[in-house]
Amino acid sequence: MIAYTIRRFITLVVTLFLVSILIFAVINIIPGDPAQIILGTEATPETLARVRAKLGLDRPAVERYLDWLKNIILHGDFGRSINYDRPISELIASRLLVTGPLAGLAILLTMLIAIPLGIYAATHHNRPGDYGTMIFSQLGLAIPEFWAGILLILGFAVHWRLFPAGWFTSWEEAPLEALRSLFLPALALSLTRAAVITRLTRSSMLEVLQEDYIKTAWSKGLPSGAVIYKHALRNAFISVVTILGLQLGHLLAGTIIVETVFYLPGMGRLVMNAIFQRDLPVVQGVVLFIAAVIVIVNFIVDLLYGLLDPRIRYD
Amino acid sequence: MTEMRRFLKDINFVIGLILVMMVAGTAILSLFYTPYDPNRMEISARLQGPSKSHWFGTDHYGRDILSRVMRGAANSITVGVIAVGIGMSLGVLLGALAGYWGGWVDEATMRVMDVIYGFPAVLTAILITSILGPGITNSMIAIGIYNIPIFARLTRGNFLSLKERDYVLAARAVGQTDLAIIRKHILPNALSPLIVQATVSFAVAILAEAGLSYLGLGTQPPHPSWGRMLNEAQPFMGLSIWPAIFPGLAIAIAVLGFNLLGDGLRDILDPRLAHSPRSIA
Repeated sequence: MIAYTIRRFITLVVTLFLVSILIFAVINIIPGDPAQIILGTEATPETLARVRAKLGLDRPAVERYLDWLKNIILHGDFGRSINYDRPISELIASRLLVTGPLAGLAILLTMLIAIPLGIYAATHHNRPGDYGTMIFSQLGLAIPEFWAGILLILGFAVHWRLFPAGWFTSWEEAPLEALRSLFLPALALSLTRAAVITRLTRSSMLEVLQEDYIKTAWSKGLPSGAVIYKHALRNAFISVVTILGLQLGHLLAGTIIVETVFYLPGMGRLVMNAIFQRDLPVVQGVVLFIAAVIVIVNFIVDLLYGLLDPRIRYD
Repeated sequence: MTEMRRFLKDINFVIGLILVMMVAGTAILSLFYTPYDPNRMEISARLQGPSKSHWFGTDHYGRDILSRVMRGAANSITVGVIAVGIGMSLGVLLGALAGYWGGWVDEATMRVMDVIYGFPAVLTAILITSILGPGITNSMIAIGIYNIPIFARLTRGNFLSLKERDYVLAARAVGQTDLAIIRKHILPNALSPLIVQATVSFAVAILAEAGLSYLGLGTQPPHPSWGRMLNEAQPFMGLSIWPAIFPGLAIAIAVLGFNLLGDGLRDILDPRLAHSPRSIA
C-alpha cells in the first residue's frame, strides 16, 4: 500500500505539472500575444506596451511559466487580476465560500436522492418500481443542469415563492438564508448526478444481492431491513462512494453553469466574467485551481478505495 | 432479417431511433422549411403563448419559437457531427498508435490523454474560447478535443487485445504491413464499441453545446441555438414560460434519443459492456 501510495503520488505530481504547462501554454503561447487579446484589435501601441510590461510578456515564456509556478507553490500566489486589481488567490478564496458549500450540498442531495432510489429499484427488480426509477434515471441524464435550474426557478421561486433565486445572502449576514439560496442550485446540480448514482447503486446492489453471504443472511431468517442495509448496502457502497468522489471534481465545473443560471457570486461567475472582460490571468488561475482540485480528489478517492475495500490489493 | 429482428426487439434501440430520427428529420426539414423566418422579429406579437399561428408561442422579440427550435435542431446536429468527428478521428488515430506500437509511444500518448481527460468539457471550452473567442466553431473544437481521450482510450484497449489474436499474428507472419493489418484486420473488429461510444458522445456533445451557448460561449445571436434560447428566455420567465420550456424539451428529447440509441446499440453490438455506467461531461 505504501509503495502504491508513493507511486500514485508521483503520478499526481507529474499530472499536476503537465496540467499547469497545458493551461499556461494555451493562454500564453498559442495566441501569440495575450496583451492583444486582452485589449482587442483597436488598442494603441502605447497601451499594448504597458499591458505587455505589466504581464511581464517581455520575458521568455519559460521564465514566466517557472515564475508563475514558483509563486503558486511557495506562496499560493496565482498572480493579479487585471480588472479587479486584486490577488487572484484572494478572489478564488472569497468565491470558494459560495462554490464550496454549493458543491457539498449538491453531493449531499445527490446521495439523498440516488441511494434510496437505487436500493428501491434493486429490491423491486423487474417490477414497475424498478422501471419507474430507470425512467427517472434516463430523464435525469437527458435534462441539462441549466434547464433543470430554470424549471426549479419557475416552480419554486416564481410560482410558489418558496426559495429565493437570483441573489445570494452572504454567510456573515444570514447563514440560514445563504443556505436557502444555495438549495435550488444544488438541487439542479444534483439531478443529473443522481441519475448516474441511482443506476450505479441499483446495479451494485443487484450484484451484491446475488452473493452467497446475502443468501445465507436471508436463509438465517434475518429481517429484510438488516439484510439490505447492514449486509448488502455496505458492500454496494464502495463503488458508489468512489463515483461520488470522482463527481466532486466535475461538480466544480458544473457549478460554472449553475452559478450563471442563479446569478451566484461563486467561482463560475468569476471565470465567466473574466472571459468576457478578457482578464486572462484570472481565467488561467481559476482553470488551474479547478483542474488541480479534480486531479487531487481523484488521487484521494483512489487511495480511499483501497481502505474501503480490504480485498483490493495494490501490487 | 434475423439481424433486423434483433435490433427491433431492443426497446431502447427502437425508442432511441425514433427520437433521433425525429430530431434529425426536423433538422433537415428546417433547412428548407420553417413556419416563419427564425430570426424575423415582430415586437407587437412578443411573448405570446402557444396558438394556431404560433404553435410554440413567441419570444421576447416576437420571433416564432417553433421555427427557432427547428433551426436549433440543425445547429445541434451539426455540432454533434463535427465535434464527435474531431474526437473520433483524432482519438482513434492516437489510440491505434498507442495500442498497436506500445512502448514509449503508448506511455507518452496516454499520459497526455489522461491530462485532457481530467478536464471537464466546460473547462476545456472555457480555456479555448478565452483565447479564440466565443463562437460555434470554437465550441465545436472544444467539445471535439474533450472527446479525443475518450476515443483514444477505447481504441487503445481494443487494439491491445486484438493485436495478439491469431488472425493478426497470421497476417503478420505472411508479411502484411502494419497499416494493412490495422486497416483490414484490427479496425473492423474494433468498430462496434466505437459506434456505441460515438452515439453516446453525440448526446454529450449536444448537452455541451447547449451549455456553452447558454453561457454565451457557443452559437452567437441571432442564430438560434437551444442553449442560447434558454438564456434569452430567462429574464422574461415571469411574463411567459414558453420560451423557457420548448428549447429545453428539445434538448432533453435529443439527448434522451441518443442515449437510448447508444444503450440499445451497446446491448446488441457489445453485450459485455451492457451494464457499464455512462460518464457525464
